[in-house]
Amino acid sequence: MRLPSKKLGIPLLLVALCLLPFLSNNYWLDVATLALFYVVLAQGLNVVVGFAGLLDLGYAAFFAVGAYTTGILMTVYHWSFWLTLPVAMVFAAVVGVIVGAPTLRLRSDYLAIVTLGFGEIIRILAINLSITGSASGIYGIPRPSIGGYVLGGQLDFYYLILIVAVLAVLAVRRLGSSRLGRAWMYIREDEDAAEAMGINRINMKLLAYSIGAVIGSMAGSIFAVKMSAIAPLSFSFTQSIMILLAVVLGGLGSIPGVVLGAVLVIALPELLRSVEDWRYVIFGAALVAMMLFRPQGLWPASYERVKASGRKGQRARKGDEVDVEVGLDTHKYNA
Amino acid sequence: MDILVQTLADGLVIGAFYSLIALGYTMVFGIIKLLNFAHGDLYMLGAFVGYSLLSLISGNGSGTGLMGIAVVLLLTMAIVGVVGMGIERVAYRPLLLAPRLSILITAIGVSLFLENGSMIVWGAQYQVYPLQLSHDGWNVFGAQITYTQLGLVLISALLMLGLHLFINRTLYGKAMRAIAHDQTACHLMGINVHRVIGLTFFIGASLAAGAGTMAGAYYGTVNFMMGFIIGLKAFTAAVLGGIGSIPGAMLGGLLLGLMETAGTFVFGGSWKDVVAFSLLILILVLKPTGIMGEKVTERM
Repeated sequence: MRLPSKKLGIPLLLVALCLLPFLSNNYWLDVATLALFYVVLAQGLNVVVGFAGLLDLGYAAFFAVGAYTTGILMTVYHWSFWLTLPVAMVFAAVVGVIVGAPTLRLRSDYLAIVTLGFGEIIRILAINLSITGSASGIYGIPRPSIGGYVLGGQLDFYYLILIVAVLAVLAVRRLGSSRLGRAWMYIREDEDAAEAMGINRINMKLLAYSIGAVIGSMAGSIFAVKMSAIAPLSFSFTQSIMILLAVVLGGLGSIPGVVLGAVLVIALPELLRSVEDWRYVIFGAALVAMMLFRPQGLWPASYERVKASGRKGQRARKGDEVDVEVGLDTHKYNA
Repeated sequence: MDILVQTLADGLVIGAFYSLIALGYTMVFGIIKLLNFAHGDLYMLGAFVGYSLLSLISGNGSGTGLMGIAVVLLLTMAIVGVVGMGIERVAYRPLLLAPRLSILITAIGVSLFLENGSMIVWGAQYQVYPLQLSHDGWNVFGAQITYTQLGLVLISALLMLGLHLFINRTLYGKAMRAIAHDQTACHLMGINVHRVIGLTFFIGASLAAGAGTMAGAYYGTVNFMMGFIIGLKAFTAAVLGGIGSIPGAMLGGLLLGLMETAGTFVFGGSWKDVVAFSLLILILVLKPTGIMGEKVTERM
């Protein structure tokens, strides 16, 4: 019953996405494009937070690295967009290693605050350096072209980011089910045990961080040519938080969940236009409520369910009520 | 010479604010190993609650008197302290058992809630503080040191001294130190762990709120985003001194304030945040235990 519908569901969704521009007006097409940007970004962060369990609060910095690399190379050095894309990706990976190598040894909460600081440093650099156009940013970024065809319209960018989003989803999916992905998840669940099993904790974390950075920078590059102007304002802490929210809302480590989360994070504010001021208050409360009542997200990854039932089974097998009670208590106060 | 003294004086005032906020980070981290991301926003909340109370009693900014200011400061600290306790009760306590990531994300949620809630209540624009402190002062080696600066540093020092006595001389302080050491054992010894954690949040939040009110009066304007960067810097101060160590937080705050003021003088105002954050990353990489931090048995 479930398998055939699943097999049909994804192609149907893709067909619907390809036809969307002809079924909606410009406004909703723009919202959909933005949602697809968030799908790419959230999948990148999913590798970092969802798979490897590294709380990155400065993810927008990599989005900025991609956007500024493309912006500067295209406006100052007149490169072709397609050449800037790999350069931005390599650059993001290098920046990821520079930030990650010293800091990934730290515990997760330290990492969170370091990445937060790093995100702020990137933003302040963008505001203060002259090559990044200071506070007004870079404008007049030329349109990319394929052969003789110049990508200029809303439709072109919708399809471009759709292709990239599909590729990102596929890549992250493959990564998640690979040897690498399993190593990340072991690290997320228990670093010491993972290391005891022969996983090189630091290298694996670094790899996750860099892959996340590369995916984020790719979205940034495309963002730069789509908007044709970029400013430091687009790469603020709030942006990082919104991407994180998409990942958490959907379900850490869950591919369809994160896609859903990204769409919700973009679509909900559009639907809540009338209560504009309230939307971040609602988001903040939603984050707290999610963690309290449904920490696994709206569409949790399937291995979570397996694990939960396994744990329950273990407890049941133990049988001894008093034992379980004491075990729980000590656990609680050690946390 | 005059520049040196001026930097020292300005740095001390900023450093005193950082110290007060860093204490909350350090206490909460020491007791439940949580980085309370929402802590900087309690500073902001303190500034705004003080703003509202001052507006309430002084009407259109007519004289409040020293007594009035003291009452407002204490009242603000109490109100925000209760808010801090409420946050712990609602958002953090149910998650003590949950994975570390969940409680961190909850803290971010609380931070978003406080920031944007304040924006709705008090507006998004900068608000002018109803209390303007005097700019008179002494001339020391050509540098201007105001009565206000001296007063703020003195109040901060008093608060810190009070905290120091509370932690080292009272039963509750003893319980706090014990819980920071071994929570399970304290629970078994019949200490009401949750009540002590709640009290820790109360003290941390009220110290941050006190700093917020003083900063509002010192700088003259308040804004709903003011807690974010300050929170990050106070965390830097806590790490610099050694997170979990109370004298460390005091020292770290003062040092960071001095370094930042010096950095502003050398590199210019727009780079001062970069100085602080680079310092944070450097310390975490080179000496994560900070200046006065104890040797951490837990793997970092």
